[in-house]
Amino acid sequence: MTERPTGETAPGGVAASAIDLTKTYGKGEAEVRALDGVTVDLMTGEFTAVMGPSGSGKSTLMHCLAALDTPTSGEAVVDGTSLGRLKDKDLTTLRRERVGFVFQSFNLVPTLSAEENILLPLSLANRKPDREWFDQVVTAVGLRDRLGHRPSEMSGGQQQRVACARALVSKPSIVFADEPTGNLDSTSSAEVLGFLRRSVDEFGQTVVMVTHDPVAASYTDRVLFLADGRIVDELRSPDRDQILDKMARLQDAAAAKAAG
Amino acid sequence: MLRLTWRNLLARKVRLLMSTLAIVLGIGFLAGVMTFSSGLNKTFDNILEGSTSDAVVRPAGDLQGANAGVSTSQVVTPADVDELAALPQVKEAVGSIDGVGSFLLGKDDKLVGGQGAPTLAFNYAPSENIAGEQILELSAGRWPEKPGEVVLDTSSAERGSYGLGDTVSLIVPSGKDPERKFTLVGTADFNGGGTAGATLVLLDTAEAQDIFLDGQDAFTTVSLTAADGVSQQQLADAAKTVAPKGFTAVTGDEVVKESQQQIGQFLDVISYFLVAFAVIAIVVGAFIIFNTFSILVSQRVRESALLRALGASKRQVTRSVLVEAFLMAIVGSTLGLLLGLGLSRALAGLFRTFGLDIAGEVLTLTPFTIVAGYVVGIVVTMLAAYVPARRAAKVPPVAAMRDDLVVQEKGMTRRLVLGSIAMVIGTALAAAGLAGAPGTDAIWIGAGAVIWVVTTAVLAPVLGHPVLVACRSVFGRLFRTPGRLAGENALRNPRRTGATASALMIGLAVVSAVGVLASSLGATQDKIVDKEFTADFLVQMPTFQGFPARYGNEMEKINGIAEVSRQQGSPVSVEVPGRAKPDQSFAAAVDPAFFKVYDLKMLDGRASVTGDQVLLSKSRASDYEAGVGDTIEVAFPGGRTIPLEVSGIFEPTPTTSGITVPFSVFAEAGIKRSDSSISITLADGADRNAVKSDLEYTVKDLPILSVQDKEEFKDLISGQVNQLLYVIYGLLALAVVIAVIGIVNTLGLSVLERTREIGLLRAVGLSRRKLRWMITLESVAIAVLGAVLGMALGLVIGVVLRESLKDDLTELSLPLGSLVAFLVVAVLFGVLAAVVPAIRASRMKVLQAIATD
Ligand SMILES: Nc1ncnc2c1ncn2[C@@H]1O[C@H](COP(=O)(O)OP(=O)(O)OP(=O)(O)O)[C@@H](O)[C@H]1O
Ligand SMILES: [Mg+2]
Repeated sequence: MTERPTGETAPGGVAASAIDLTKTYGKGEAEVRALDGVTVDLMTGEFTAVMGPSGSGKSTLMHCLAALDTPTSGEAVVDGTSLGRLKDKDLTTLRRERVGFVFQSFNLVPTLSAEENILLPLSLANRKPDREWFDQVVTAVGLRDRLGHRPSEMSGGQQQRVACARALVSKPSIVFADEPTGNLDSTSSAEVLGFLRRSVDEFGQTVVMVTHDPVAASYTDRVLFLADGRIVDELRSPDRDQILDKMARLQDAAAAKAAG
Repeated sequence: MLRLTWRNLLARKVRLLMSTLAIVLGIGFLAGVMTFSSGLNKTFDNILEGSTSDAVVRPAGDLQGANAGVSTSQVVTPADVDELAALPQVKEAVGSIDGVGSFLLGKDDKLVGGQGAPTLAFNYAPSENIAGEQILELSAGRWPEKPGEVVLDTSSAERGSYGLGDTVSLIVPSGKDPERKFTLVGTADFNGGGTAGATLVLLDTAEAQDIFLDGQDAFTTVSLTAADGVSQQQLADAAKTVAPKGFTAVTGDEVVKESQQQIGQFLDVISYFLVAFAVIAIVVGAFIIFNTFSILVSQRVRESALLRALGASKRQVTRSVLVEAFLMAIVGSTLGLLLGLGLSRALAGLFRTFGLDIAGEVLTLTPFTIVAGYVVGIVVTMLAAYVPARRAAKVPPVAAMRDDLVVQEKGMTRRLVLGSIAMVIGTALAAAGLAGAPGTDAIWIGAGAVIWVVTTAVLAPVLGHPVLVACRSVFGRLFRTPGRLAGENALRNPRRTGATASALMIGLAVVSAVGVLASSLGATQDKIVDKEFTADFLVQMPTFQGFPARYGNEMEKINGIAEVSRQQGSPVSVEVPGRAKPDQSFAAAVDPAFFKVYDLKMLDGRASVTGDQVLLSKSRASDYEAGVGDTIEVAFPGGRTIPLEVSGIFEPTPTTSGITVPFSVFAEAGIKRSDSSISITLADGADRNAVKSDLEYTVKDLPILSVQDKEEFKDLISGQVNQLLYVIYGLLALAVVIAVIGIVNTLGLSVLERTREIGLLRAVGLSRRKLRWMITLESVAIAVLGAVLGMALGLVIGVVLRESLKDDLTELSLPLGSLVAFLVVAVLFGVLAAVVPAIRASRMKVLQAIATD
């Protein structure tokens, strides 16, 4: 795998794409189409939000793109590599080297300190951390004085910021965050979102974030709207009101569908 | 609540199965050895009762030479038998010749049997046992009818690979031709079933007289069958009146009782020995049950809290856990009892290879075994589950709302304080034992050791810390991140790791302590052989049985030999003033050459015996309160009691027995001459190898009679020590297996508990292989901890025990090689224990693992 510092990734390129992705659960009567033919390109150096009603397939889409799950059909491409034909071993390597994650909760290994957690993907790859980059990331998340602490000694917001730092430290091609602020209050949320925004602006990182929060989505460059496993709309450089408006319409449509 | 308990049991089938396995194995072992012991007793009882007639006319006195492999010269003539038969109380009188000192060779010229159980050679004559059945039952062919024919017991014929019509070789004690050939005409067994490992050689009467009585037309004993309506006692009383001089008649019941007592002691030792290992296995099992419940309870905090919040009382929560334990105990004990039945059959199979035959039909679960199995299983399980159950009840209801789900565990301080106090008490007990407190020293030390073991188990979370930290740093260095994570995981829950390791610790502590004792015993014996066995060669049977005197006669003629000293052993009983029962002991007859070969350290008197004299060891002399010049009354097999004058007292030595007499005394007592050991010194300038091969040539027809030099003699002794050691290791292996199951269980539960964490690690790039490594290394860390604690403790216990046995175990030797081997084995077991949990963990789907809560 070629190592490619994020800074060199040409903006405007495609970091990851879904090509007619479908994902179904169950069979026959009980079949659920979590994804129903999603085609989308996620642009390098962009901060993308994925929104939609609960159950619309947001997490499923992310998981398929992040090599955590395999689609039923269609293709997921990360950094030019098609995931369909990769074995578990290669998927593991890909996740370790080209993808970063932030989950809603339980992001950190409880037995390791903040620093060790941040460096985990590198040490698993037996790679030497780039100290300068590490310092830069740690400064950016504002955790310099917390590096020796274990997760149990940190607040939820701090833990999420450690998770963000971990996601960035291996210089991945793309970072996926599934409701990273779902468990946080507004102050902590702002800290985490601010950091993600800066990683895009300052380090040229590509970030994709699932969220229900219009405020969080307003930090992004582009919002994709999902409903019933399909991309139904998108916004560029959105503001809060636009998002609220779209969301309301989606919800109405969903309600109407449920009623009808 | 009961329904909830039931649901919990079902929901955790696999984990419960694993911890039930601990009960199953522990109870299985207990039930197995109990069944086996009772089967062993029954086997002997059956044979004794099946092979004894209503009354027996035999030499007077307590000592029956034939039982001890000594033959005496008293005989019964056919006229005496006729006289007995003529008594109105007697339905039938059958004269028998019980031959001693013969050996059956197999087709391959190797000895058949001879591994402890005797070879019984006698003349076949039909006679009835107490129950009125024939003593011997033919299983194939026919009985011997003329000289040159033989019938063997079924198992010996098989072991010797003989079929009907084959030529059978028998080594006999006297006569012109030491190796006699016979034609196998039949096979037969005792009526009670089997022979308990003894080899039966049935001969024609004339031939038996030729071999064992130098051709005299006579018998050694007479079996009597009572006429109708005559009791055993009446029969014996009547027979006594006509019994020849030096003979008496005893009832069959009495004969059976005597033999039961003799064998009983030996059987009791075996069963205590086995039960001790069952107890160890159960204690180890208890640790695992305790640990499993601790983990189950801590994983169920939220549920317990919810129950409490919904209004369940503490007692209800405790009870629900205990009921779960109870159900487990019932299932585990039931399976254990069944396993025990199988195990007892396997043990019987093992003993069969040692020559002890136990029939399958006597191996059944007795009501006592069943009750004992359930009681022990239930009590141990409930006790082990009690502490975790209490802990479950202590979960505060608010924990249901909280996110950070950890059972509040008390700090280690209290544990440390209590543990240290217990350590001190244990040490005090052991020190008291060493300092010579009243009673057996070993019991004091044993009590101290038990306290040490328990305390070490309690303190394992603290004591183990440095070991685990060392593991973490070694693993981290060798295996990078997975190693580091494994070390952390082993350290993150010290109680759990400690309790899991403790199960292994117990097994290894016993193994190492036994190892120290065995190794010290070996070293001591080497030293003794070096120092005391001044002979150049020793000739003896591996079983120390007697062998025909003609071999010694031949050896005396060999060139290059300075001295040939011959010894014969016999049981004796000695009248002790002021004691109701005579002391049963063992005497050695020696020739004058003995004193030239061996240098007895005399405390009083002279180092020589002639005529009616005896030399006593210091301990015998003090037992009999006899000094030089005193006379002691010594009774010999065959009924003769001879007063002997003490001519000297010596420092005890393994080269001769505590009662040493000249051969003339044995002759006077009517004991037939044979040798039990021959000591030979080389003449100056003689060629050692040439002499040795000459000596070996003389014994070529009795292959098991071996000519040993010092080194070989040492090897023989250490071989015997090792054999016992391996049996002990084998039995302890079960405890270790249970401990390994404990590791599997703990790891399995930990893996489940850390599902999300494992998912996360996989998500951020931990490969399956490295994940398996991580779990394997955690397992190895636990195993190493158990091994290190166990071996350290075992060494201490072993050294202390050796110290208390200093008089017998003069040398201290540490089995360092074995200890290294144990550590390696522990690591291997660690790897083995991790196989299933590691595979399960690596099979987890990343996404599902992350989504689990
Ligand atoms: N393992 C599974 N088995 C069956 N159905 C599933 C599984 N995972 C997801 N689904 C279904 O697929 C659909 C999409 O789920 P997904 O988790 O992607 O939704 P989401 O948009 O992330 O919702 P939320 O906002 O609530 O997180 C849902 O209808 C869900 O019920
Ligand atoms: Mg979701």
